[in-house]
Amino acid sequence: MSARGPFQDNPPHKSGIRVEALALSRGGRILFEGLSFAAASGDYVEVQGSNGSGKTSLLRAMAGLLTPKAGEIAFDGVEEPALALHYVGHANALKREASVRDHLRYWAGLFEGGAREQVVGQALDLTRVMSLPVRALSQGQARRLALSRLIIAPRPIWLLDEPAAALDDAGKAALNELIGSHRASGGIVVAAVHEPLGPAPSQTIRVPR
Amino acid sequence: MSALGVTFKRELALLWAGGGALAPLGYFFGTAMLVPLAMGPDRALLQTAGPPLVWIAAALAMLAMLERLFQSDLEDGSLEQMLLSPTPLEGIVIAKACALWVAIGLPLALAGAPVAIALQAPVERVPLIVLSLALGTAAFTGVGVIGAAVTASVKRGGVLLALIVLPMFAPPIIFGASVASGEDVGAALSILAGCALAAIALGPIAAAAALRLQAE
Repeated sequence: MSARGPFQDNPPHKSGIRVEALALSRGGRILFEGLSFAAASGDYVEVQGSNGSGKTSLLRAMAGLLTPKAGEIAFDGVEEPALALHYVGHANALKREASVRDHLRYWAGLFEGGAREQVVGQALDLTRVMSLPVRALSQGQARRLALSRLIIAPRPIWLLDEPAAALDDAGKAALNELIGSHRASGGIVVAAVHEPLGPAPSQTIRVPR
Repeated sequence: MSALGVTFKRELALLWAGGGALAPLGYFFGTAMLVPLAMGPDRALLQTAGPPLVWIAAALAMLAMLERLFQSDLEDGSLEQMLLSPTPLEGIVIAKACALWVAIGLPLALAGAPVAIALQAPVERVPLIVLSLALGTAAFTGVGVIGAAVTASVKRGGVLLALIVLPMFAPPIIFGASVASGEDVGAALSILAGCALAAIALGPIAAAAALRLQAE
């Protein structure tokens, strides 16, 4: 991360995630308690756990979409809290009637990003389907489109929920390339996965059952 | 383009996709056409009772469009992305409400002209009826987003939505019908404008608060 903006304090410091004694509950049932971990710039954290253990809830709590029952989630060294993270969930957040290009333009506005369509199209092999409506896309192409948000607007922290779901081998390779370059530029990736994505994680978190 | 601009543009495109915005217009014309059939061809009766019924038809047509306003965003994950935008959700809701008014409310107000004439409103009063409908549909949109947000996670929430929203439709209908029947037109229009401004200013704040809870 380059240090810029009014939020920069002290010598060049990098972004980091701290989760301390986190407890989450859904529908009155406690999913887990006392989960703590930390991640620093360049880290790739894999979250594993059985179905219903709370992997998705952990990511949603980190994204600020879910209020923790107890504990703390903190992002250190993030210059602008509103521009801290991307969350790619199970749902792709796509509209059937809108085209791929419409989505890219909408997200560029929504997230104040400015990546060029050609760059996004090439990175995720979406160039050929750019004018097609989403209802004409395959599951894998729809997933690639959802992942394009990561490129459209830069964010230091990526929270990915089963990012490789429905992706073919080329798609997985493209995803791994994205994750690699994000880490190289000092970003943090936290991914909930069933099967390892490929790159060796800097740490693996097992959500206790 | 800003987050508000792209949201407005996208919402407008989605409302118009596949002629979706034409459905409430058809609903509006259809309901209004049933009035003379039900009341009979008595011109004097139609003259007194007809023009205010334009308002009932417009309110129901707006109501029909509200159910899916936030429900689809909640289901497909778009709402989560809106919450992660640096632009506050209140602003995004205002942009969606504006798009709804431009795509549905304004066409309904314009369609009010032929419908009012068909229901025996005096021709010189028609421009006032159109103006009052434009203000009234804005008020309906403002309070409608609250109901749409509160019921976003309720499957088949249309009936619940009507129960929540219809009482709040009462003030604009009272003063709108007053314009339509030609009583105290100036005062009624001022109050209608007040209703519209209050609904547009407060509705999105309440709707955004409800949506934040729904997204959990």
